Amino acid sequence: MGTVTALSRREILKTGGAMVVSFALGSIVPKGSFAQNGRSAPSEVDSFLAIHEDGSVTIFTSHVDIGTGIATVFRQTAAEELGIPVERFTVVEGDTAATPNHGGTGGSSGVPQGAADIRRAAATARQKLLDLGAARLNHPASELIIESGEVRPKSGGAGIAVAALIGGQRFSLAVDPSAPLKNPATYTVVGKPILRADVPQKCTGRHVYLQDFSLPGMLHGRIVRPPAMGAKLISVDESSVRGIPDVRIVRMESFLGVVAKDEWAAIRAARELKASWSEWQGLPASENLERYLREAPAAPDQVIVNRGDAVAALAGAAKQLSATYSWPFQSHASMAPSCAVADAKESGTMVWSATQGVFGLRANLAKVFGIAPDKLRVVYMDGSGSYGTNGADDAAADALLLSRAVGQPVRVQWMRHDEHGWDPKGPAQLLDVRAGIDAAGNIVAWETQMWLPDGPSGERALVGPESAGMEQGHGQNAGLVTMNADPSYPVSHVRVVAHKLKDTPLRLSNLRAPGKIANVFAVESFTDELAMAAGMDAVAFRRRALADPRALAVLDRAAEMIGWKPRRSPNPQVAQGSLRVGRGIAYMRYKQAENYVAIAMEVAVDLNGKITVRRVTCAHDCGLIMNPDGLRNQVEGNIMHTLSRTLYEEVRFDHSKVTSVDWSSYPVLRFPEAPEIEVTLLNRPDQHAYGAGEAASAPVAAALANAVFDATGVRLRSVPFSPERVRTVLARA
Amino acid sequence: MPIYTFRVNGQTVTVDSWDPDQPLLYVLRNALGLHGPKFGCGLAQCGACTVAVDGNAVRSCVTPVKEVADRSVTTIEGLGTPEKPSPIQAAFIAEQAAQCGYCTSGMIMESQALLTQTPHPTRDQVKDALAGNLCRCGTHTRILNAVLRAAKA
Repeated sequence: MGTVTALSRREILKTGGAMVVSFALGSIVPKGSFAQNGRSAPSEVDSFLAIHEDGSVTIFTSHVDIGTGIATVFRQTAAEELGIPVERFTVVEGDTAATPNHGGTGGSSGVPQGAADIRRAAATARQKLLDLGAARLNHPASELIIESGEVRPKSGGAGIAVAALIGGQRFSLAVDPSAPLKNPATYTVVGKPILRADVPQKCTGRHVYLQDFSLPGMLHGRIVRPPAMGAKLISVDESSVRGIPDVRIVRMESFLGVVAKDEWAAIRAARELKASWSEWQGLPASENLERYLREAPAAPDQVIVNRGDAVAALAGAAKQLSATYSWPFQSHASMAPSCAVADAKESGTMVWSATQGVFGLRANLAKVFGIAPDKLRVVYMDGSGSYGTNGADDAAADALLLSRAVGQPVRVQWMRHDEHGWDPKGPAQLLDVRAGIDAAGNIVAWETQMWLPDGPSGERALVGPESAGMEQGHGQNAGLVTMNADPSYPVSHVRVVAHKLKDTPLRLSNLRAPGKIANVFAVESFTDELAMAAGMDAVAFRRRALADPRALAVLDRAAEMIGWKPRRSPNPQVAQGSLRVGRGIAYMRYKQAENYVAIAMEVAVDLNGKITVRRVTCAHDCGLIMNPDGLRNQVEGNIMHTLSRTLYEEVRFDHSKVTSVDWSSYPVLRFPEAPEIEVTLLNRPDQHAYGAGEAASAPVAAALANAVFDATGVRLRSVPFSPERVRTVLARA
Repeated sequence: MPIYTFRVNGQTVTVDSWDPDQPLLYVLRNALGLHGPKFGCGLAQCGACTVAVDGNAVRSCVTPVKEVADRSVTTIEGLGTPEKPSPIQAAFIAEQAAQCGYCTSGMIMESQALLTQTPHPTRDQVKDALAGNLCRCGTHTRILNAVLRAAKA
């Protein structure tokens, strides 16, 4: 275990890059400061950038990487604007005492917000460096450039290193929103497939995750959750764990946890501790979910889109169709069960977490635990992929509850059943879709009505404090879940209405492309149903409805890559034994304003119900591309993750608890089922750069459903497409 | 307290464990400071904790420490370093076959065991060998490419 040394932001600045590396590795425990430094305001250049005496540069940001590769994009962005080699940059992510608060990770905001803020700070810094260089080189700033970390005359001649101009000093400069930005046409670093600095560490077991972090005197904690979600703790039989060394039991109302010096002792104690709990049966049970969603009390209808007069246009349409689609509750189901380390002291409290938002978590913990925010420091460390708010924030509260109770640093790692059972879930969704087509088969009217739990916004209740009877907010915002419930085609008469349930059986949070995967599943499956009704090929039907050249470009490219031959569905081809083969496509524009994505697939459906996805092609346009390799990795990940969600994933629960609590009861996609994926990235250097952590997820389920229809003539309208469900639907046909 | 002696990454180690059934994973991580093997499920369902015992890939989260006495354990740290990665690690790095990387250590250890027994596997053989290793970021394509790249090297 490393030596404990105080390290504040000031010291990071003073000591430079080398220390920052140690800091990121967690071998040094910062304890010097808790409050955010006055110079960490996002209006200041120094909040984002520090150029050290050795020429290395540290970027400070509240946006975190968590495996997405966004930290590499930040390095490229700053390197590009500053003219300093990208290898010299390191990133300090998410530390309430060291980084500016310019938003947390989520909603694919890393590029359009995170990188954009860093770019403006770097552009402001560049102007300052040019001015400093002008004074030293006796050359007008307008005739200078920064290249390879040196300010030089454009015309050639001696230059001066950036570090010699400002190394180890502050810029003391406000970010200038109108500082001239480099023209993307001249980019040499942004847009290149710069390799991630973390990958060699991760492939050799050297990357230090939150789960690997420890403090001197740290105890291991585990939580004992109730056997029924709302059950109250009646009694605890402490003698049941007497044989396990150095175990302490922590009880606060119905919060029950154990701490031990040894991790295995904590695990065994949590497993073997005997406690009695009250009965509780407050859940609707997942088999009854569709009825529950339709009938549970809802807030007043919310009209999300209202264009033209959809009701009248539907009534007047030559042909009217309707269908119902449903999506289950899903878990983030992170590879790593959530973890946190907390050290509660009189002088101040430290929390290490893989949270996607250190400032949001600090605000929530400060309020719930009654700690002054300037006495609470939250530091991000990488966990496993979270794809939204998994149990990370809850684990932080658990660790804090235990650390406060025992007066020592405590590391809590959830067990697998804790993560699957208690992470906040992506909401179940039910969608009724109606549309009308005219005699020529054009879509003339569209209506989507959705039923789902969502809202109110505000801080989410944390599991541990809830059991402990602590006062807290009960926000249930799942994250822009009503978007993309209208087609991404310019239909004249569109109405989208949300019936948001007042309550939710399971806690909610944002889960990758929140709501939009189910919405696009409904919209783009139904678009295929309309194409059928119009007697048209699915691509031709979509092409005719689109005018935007960027939309047409992705649609055409995805179709071309899969080898699309125009014809109607279903596939007239003779079956191959018990296999039926088909192709499908889906298109959408993310949030109707960001990325254009089209995905096509080739599938084989066995009459026993098993779907094999053979090939997936994707054409993706997110505007200017920051890092094509990182982008490709994200797009591939979106596709594979969403195939898993569509084919396998459903949170099951009875009247008391979640019952899908491991990888056997909550199956996910495995290697034998992983299809070939081909991705074409359409770069638009003259267009705004959008993030890519979510968009390619949105059309996946619809493309798959459309391919299954093409193969079998049977339409799947409920997820997951499990063999049992497929068999049932095939038998009904 | 019972004492167990075995080899880890080529070195002989002696550890004590109050519980002979303590899984190897916690001994490696907490007593020996080898954090490459990861806790994912504790149920041998996900593969994040995979290490090699006498060359065979095992799930260290369900392997009692008493069972590795006098045997030879290899963790990902024993293959190579960031500066000098082993061939399989180099292939993963070349393919940038990681996102969060939490499954990576298990993927590499499982793949290493495969390549030791089957130096030139087909794509389907790699898929079958990794069927018990989960990845949630969806890095499957790159991981497959990395293993096949290592097989060619």
